[in-house]
Amino acid sequence: MTDLTLHPAGHAVPNVFTQASLGWLPWLEPFPAEALTDRHWAGLVDASRAKSPYFMLLVRDPDILQARTKTDKDIFYNPEAGLPRAERELAAAAASRFNGCIYCASVHARFASHFSKRTDDVQSLLDHFLTADLGPRWNAIVAASIALSATPPVFGPEHVIALRDQGLDDAAILDVVNGAAFFNWANRLMLTLGEPTLPAV
Amino acid sequence: MDIIDHLAGIAPSSPLAALRSIRPQAREQAQASHDALFNATEHADMSRAERFAVATFVAHLHNDAPIAAYYANSITILAPILATEAAAAQTQGPYGAYPAGPLSAENTPGLLWHTTNPAIPPRLAAALAHTHMLVFHPRDAAPAALQALIDAGWTTTGIVTLSQLVAFLAFQIRVVTGLRVLAATGVQ
Repeated sequence: MTDLTLHPAGHAVPNVFTQASLGWLPWLEPFPAEALTDRHWAGLVDASRAKSPYFMLLVRDPDILQARTKTDKDIFYNPEAGLPRAERELAAAAASRFNGCIYCASVHARFASHFSKRTDDVQSLLDHFLTADLGPRWNAIVAASIALSATPPVFGPEHVIALRDQGLDDAAILDVVNGAAFFNWANRLMLTLGEPTLPAV
Repeated sequence: MDIIDHLAGIAPSSPLAALRSIRPQAREQAQASHDALFNATEHADMSRAERFAVATFVAHLHNDAPIAAYYANSITILAPILATEAAAAQTQGPYGAYPAGPLSAENTPGLLWHTTNPAIPPRLAAALAHTHMLVFHPRDAAPAALQALIDAGWTTTGIVTLSQLVAFLAFQIRVVTGLRVLAATGVQ
């Protein structure tokens, strides 16, 4: 039997970058919940992800999903040294804004606001992006995240020097690299396997 | 020493290796991701040759000759063909269109590429066209792009693996790029 694509209809598609909570609808059939094996549950990492159509689609290849999720968690949640959580989320939001992932940008802009309490600056990143002035430290983090996200990347010594000038040590700079690089992974899955939806009013 | 160390030229007891060890699980799981994609035990939905061919193409599209050479090493016959195809497919991203509205002002046109080389089997040709979109203009994605893969014989699970592979490489190549630049500026 040939597989089918899904064509979600009747929902509102967001057409601006936002910090609001969005939904996501898949273009391919998620894995059937009743068929989940131990290996699939391991792939989901958190059992609550079985409620997400995104993770239920990705769990069709459970091993890479499991490794992806554990990579993600350490880059963003490991409190040891490096960049404050708010600025790891800023790198993720900047990469997502640049690649055009409205869904990913909404999640990580929200986290950046939550951890930094700089909601207006985060909104300025979403609204004005390349012309936003977020202060020298955030500007340097955003510029480095964008340069690394360009395809091919144009990240160079000048970005490392600009980050050091803003007080980032090498562990913090590696967090910028990891955070922006990881969202070049996440953006491509979110953008190409389904679409965002505005929550029902 | 893992694959990222190998590709970035990081020696086991170097300052960069110590820096990477601050995120031990990220390091371990980036390697586990690589292993899940390139040393998989099941290939029913995407063959080993397809995995290395797509990886070689992705690395070429990122203009990264050393990483392309690493993946091309496992697909000797197709390697020169993929290098030629990638040269024709080369451009700069990200570009593409947004849902109609205020962001339409940011729509950026760009190359829409697919191979016309009859030496590339149809299943792989469809995967390379999709890969080009994933690498350079993922915001142009639509169900029709996935339908083209299904029409070429890809299963839903195969499309998930293909998508993960291309997206993972977009990550791996950028981590390697960042580490190389850090090495060049002298880890402090």
